[in-house]
Amino acid sequence: MKRTLKGMLAVAACAAAASLATSGTALAQAGEQFFPVLVYRTGAYAPNGVPWANGYVDYLKLVNARDGGINGVKITFEECETGYATDRGVECYERLKGKGPTGGTTFQPLSTGITFALTDKSFADHIPLITAGYGRADSVDGSVFGWNFPIGGTYWDAADILVQHVGKKLGGVDKLKGKKIALVYHDSPYGKEPIALLQERAKMHGFELILLPVTHPGVEQKATWLQIRQQRPDYVFLWGWGVMNSTAIKEAVATGYPRDKMYGVWWSGAEPDVVPAGDGAKGYNALVFLAPAGKGAVHADIVKYVYDKGQGTGKKEDIGEVLYNRGMVSAMFGVEGVRKAQEKFGKKPLTGEQVRWGLEHLTITPDMIKKLGMTGFMEPVKTSCENHEGAHAAMIETWDGKKWNVVPNSRYESDMKILGPMIQASAKKYAEEKKLTTRDCSKEDGA
Amino acid sequence: MFFRENGQFKSTYRADMQLLPIVQDRYFMLAIVALAFVAVPYLASDYLFLSIINPFLILTFAAIGLNLLVGYCGQISIGHAAFMAWGAYAAYNLVQRVPMLNFLVVLVLAGLVAALVGMFFGIPSLRIKGLYLAVATLAAQFFTDWIFARVKWFTNYAHSGSVSTAPVNLFGWTIDSPSEKYVFLLGVLIVFTVIARNLVRGHLGRAWMATRDMDVAAEVIGIRPVYAKLTAFGVSSFYCGIAGALWGFFHLGSWEPLAFDLNLSFSLLFMIIIGGMGSILGSYLGAAFIVALPIALNQIPEKMGVPLSTAMATNVEFMIFGSLIVLFLVLEPHGLARLWAIGKEKLRLWPFPH
Repeated sequence: MKRTLKGMLAVAACAAAASLATSGTALAQAGEQFFPVLVYRTGAYAPNGVPWANGYVDYLKLVNARDGGINGVKITFEECETGYATDRGVECYERLKGKGPTGGTTFQPLSTGITFALTDKSFADHIPLITAGYGRADSVDGSVFGWNFPIGGTYWDAADILVQHVGKKLGGVDKLKGKKIALVYHDSPYGKEPIALLQERAKMHGFELILLPVTHPGVEQKATWLQIRQQRPDYVFLWGWGVMNSTAIKEAVATGYPRDKMYGVWWSGAEPDVVPAGDGAKGYNALVFLAPAGKGAVHADIVKYVYDKGQGTGKKEDIGEVLYNRGMVSAMFGVEGVRKAQEKFGKKPLTGEQVRWGLEHLTITPDMIKKLGMTGFMEPVKTSCENHEGAHAAMIETWDGKKWNVVPNSRYESDMKILGPMIQASAKKYAEEKKLTTRDCSKEDGA
Repeated sequence: MFFRENGQFKSTYRADMQLLPIVQDRYFMLAIVALAFVAVPYLASDYLFLSIINPFLILTFAAIGLNLLVGYCGQISIGHAAFMAWGAYAAYNLVQRVPMLNFLVVLVLAGLVAALVGMFFGIPSLRIKGLYLAVATLAAQFFTDWIFARVKWFTNYAHSGSVSTAPVNLFGWTIDSPSEKYVFLLGVLIVFTVIARNLVRGHLGRAWMATRDMDVAAEVIGIRPVYAKLTAFGVSSFYCGIAGALWGFFHLGSWEPLAFDLNLSFSLLFMIIIGGMGSILGSYLGAAFIVALPIALNQIPEKMGVPLSTAMATNVEFMIFGSLIVLFLVLEPHGLARLWAIGKEKLRLWPFPH
């Protein structure tokens, strides 16, 4: 009781100080940090887009309601509907990038296609692009991709970890020799992204990689699963999004392919993916960069400060879903990036360029995770100018018919000995194609 | 009263055959072009350029291409996004592999590649007509999707199949700001509009229109259908190929085969149906309708201060957009260009209609 009272006093004091500060300084400095929010609440991918967007917006609302903004700088935000279409995503980006006193803080498009298009623009507009757990795998290299932040993991990490996991299940990666792994993927940059890494691993361990593309939106997979029935792969990796995931699981049931041999990527492991398949989804596995569904201290805060005041974005029951948590953590990366940048540039609205500095010096320790109320929902992160990823560990989870459970002892880190050279080579090729001058990270000023 | 050709005498064949025979029309058009070149770059915001004006210019280009085939030659195609894709990937490969080429040369070559592919897929038009031909052109769409997604050489072995381009450099002029892109696109579009206008009133255009109106009669008066149809496919694909290259280099910057999917083909077809088949002006109006209207509709509720959720605003956008299409087609089946022509006709008699 005493603690809450103290906490409330502290918040009140903060708010008072903030209001004093804003009223004290000129009105021109509105004291607002603008967060553009690209969402898709309609279209084929809405079932997955909505919970993510709700989590993202709820976290921004929480920071305003609980802390009075980021160190007193209020967060403003505006949603724009992309429908998962690249052209509309770019239009939204152009619409929102100049709003607020300092322009857009950071964009998080939740679409690999839009990420590719915005990456192009980021070099001119100097707005960081956070793609937590998706986007371009080679954008880890901050010396080329100065504005991309695939914080927490990429598809190459994911593919690498899945191979490690099935290797371990067989009793060592060398046992993969002669096995067959099928990749059922969304035929878009998103789904194609892991292929390069899997081919590399296939060469190393001598397993056969079967590539089975599925066209957007992925409701027609009969031919794909016929091939699986003919070729009988030992494992199926699923790289789907939206309705494609549940369709794949239903087809697996129909073909009689064992679900426990199926591994989904991060984006194929949420409730909307398995619930439509009913009992058939039992035993299906997926990769998680963060913990699966669940609630922690931060969720209690969201209920207390946002939902109990009638400000909630979605339904109260949906808080804590897998995709909700992902949206929330993604928003947190943006907010913490701003907070870090404020240490250097002062507690005022910051430009994208300043926020990038914050994102490049982001250090989220286990202590900080606890303070954020996200214990168990994320890995510690440490980014730098060369490494925009900060963490590359993940776990495997299994669906038991009701909820996602983390497989014990399934925490893996991707093998940087394999990924590192691939990232460098790919980033270098991109720089050549685009005629970019790379940054010299050793010359940038340190923390 | 103002729009009347009284007293404008033509004393040479040249004067009689010019593109805009009425003086007022000519000045009006010159004023618009001057305004577009001089004033617009200073007035419009970057957002307007990148999201509305530049896409409008490029899609107009493609719509003109499609209109030459569908509107003038009467051959329906629902695979024209595929020819845009050929243009875009041809330009990408030329820039990557032959870096010393001037971009204007690249554009023309990309157009020629698309023209060859277009003529190839136009061969079935010699035997089949109407809706059956439309289905046959669908093959171009799927074949193109497949080849650019599967044959890695075309995408320079990019690991996710997405290619990206550097800003275009033309005689030392790096075209990277939104208004510079606009000026370049406008220049290219105007040149090719004039060419298209002249093509359709020349012997080639007459051959196309004769084929469109009645192919048997056209054959009887000595027009070879092979020649008329294949040139229509070729020229139309040439335009679309250039439009595709512009779309990739100036609008998207980086793209995957999905950027040229069936939806884009349909959009192009809607543009010319709503704008007006067999009318160059119609291509402009239709493209403006399809490009700008959804974006404007999406923003109106917010601008008017109506609190709508993002999902609701998008659904409202779809509903209004759909009903507007129906409305315009009911009011004027010949498209917006016809409305414009009627307006002009009325203006000629105004204020003394007889």
